[in-house]
Amino acid sequence: MKQEALIFSRWMEGTGPDKDIVISSRVRLARNLEGQPFPCLAADEITAAILKQVEDMVSGQNGFADFSFQMMEKTPVLEKQALVEKHLISPLLARGAKNGAVLLSKDEALSIMINEEDHLRIQAILPGLQTEEALKMANRCDDQLEKPLRYAFDEQYGYLTACPTNLGTGLRASVMLHLPALIMTGQVNRFLGVLSQVGLAVRGLYGEGSEIVGNLVQISNQVTLGQNENEIIGNLNSVMRQVIEQEQEARQALLDKKRAELADRAWRSLGLLKYAQVMSSHEAIQLISDLRLGFDLGLIKTVDHKLLNELLVLIRPGCLQLLAGKELSTAERNLERPVQIKKALEQFQVKE
Amino acid sequence: MLCQECRQNEAMIHIIKNVNGRQTELHLCEQCAMKKEELDFSFEPQFSLHQFFAGILEQGLQNNRHDRSDANLQCPSCGLTFAQFSQVGRLGCSECYKAFEKRMKPLLRRIHAGTAHTGKMPLHVQSRFKHRRELEELKEKLKVKVEKEEFEEAAVLRDQVRDLEARMQERQKDQLDKGEE
Repeated sequence: MKQEALIFSRWMEGTGPDKDIVISSRVRLARNLEGQPFPCLAADEITAAILKQVEDMVSGQNGFADFSFQMMEKTPVLEKQALVEKHLISPLLARGAKNGAVLLSKDEALSIMINEEDHLRIQAILPGLQTEEALKMANRCDDQLEKPLRYAFDEQYGYLTACPTNLGTGLRASVMLHLPALIMTGQVNRFLGVLSQVGLAVRGLYGEGSEIVGNLVQISNQVTLGQNENEIIGNLNSVMRQVIEQEQEARQALLDKKRAELADRAWRSLGLLKYAQVMSSHEAIQLISDLRLGFDLGLIKTVDHKLLNELLVLIRPGCLQLLAGKELSTAERNLERPVQIKKALEQFQVKE
Repeated sequence: MLCQECRQNEAMIHIIKNVNGRQTELHLCEQCAMKKEELDFSFEPQFSLHQFFAGILEQGLQNNRHDRSDANLQCPSCGLTFAQFSQVGRLGCSECYKAFEKRMKPLLRRIHAGTAHTGKMPLHVQSRFKHRRELEELKEKLKVKVEKEEFEEAAVLRDQVRDLEARMQERQKDQLDKGEE
């Protein structure tokens, strides 16, 4: 199978509004079924019954015809890890509570996690700044699901969730941004602190607990109760507009002052990605960031956003091993990484 | 200083963690740190939001004598106690919210923009709640108009309230009839 087919998801397309800064927009809705204990406290028979209920419903409904259904217990570890790396399932689901499963649309824009922290977690992930679109997609899926299912809902508290931080709308919207200029110029700390005051959280590439690497930042809403879905998304979007503008200004300022240095950095990064023989994921992620900035500033034209997103994913340990077709140690991965990067760069039609 | 992991290379990366006042230090060489990070990255987040506010709750329980009795609160449906919830930060079932309401509300106030849901509703409750919410909003507007002595506009609102109330009653009757069938 071609490399691309193995790891490609719709959000990696490299399209969408503000694609030079916003990599992807993700929306997830947490839902639970009425009268059943939440997965962490539910007996195996109960989670099994919930799983069955969803499976039956999906197989009988046209709306889910091209969804694939994967039981976590039957999915190989590497495949699970790759799904995490593509942001399609959570680490919690991959770690595998009993009766966990995922329903995945063909283009991987929609995923429904079953028996994660909540009975159901509906996720839509799209390229660029498309939080509203993603919410619409998730909502449509939610409407489909609730036809045969009865959700746990309370007039006062809204959708009832296992964790009080998700209560109400059950909505978490997060935007993945590439902010090299703000980070390079140290301006990033100034506004990141402010974000928490407007109910937003900042995280690294892989969510809760991960640090900021490769100038990639995830910003998401913290508040899920007391504001409706449109207010939450509206709030997030208006802050995103600010962040995008700031990044654009910082990029322009950098370009004015350090054009040659930035071009040099981008071309060197491409050189290393093409010809290095040993590479850690940490190094790769930084090189990809430098290359991306060079491309976005028009200093280098031999790549595109789709390729850059693809690289970002294929250098991750799970995807890398999946592409190699075998399990690899850290040292072996550092040897395999350049091989796969080179392959992706070669498959890309260079317009040099 | 030597790397704590491999005990061969010089430690270049120093991680100092402070969790609830308990400080731990970790000194690693570049390679070991990289290895660690790669693992942590995709599978084991170090900072958990659950644990974070479970920590807040637990502190509350320890500090306040009044709170201590709340630790015995128990959900009649799933059997989870408030003390257990304080430890894991996750509830056992949808009934827990009501069972722990007394302690839950202040927490919700702290982490959210309010304690009342104003967003989407499942279809099976939509029409019922929607009308009720609409009615409350109309009544509120009416009150304001009356206070401002803008009676013409108030009269319009009053008619709307009556209309909606009548419609809701009819609907309720319909549903009762259906239920009896």
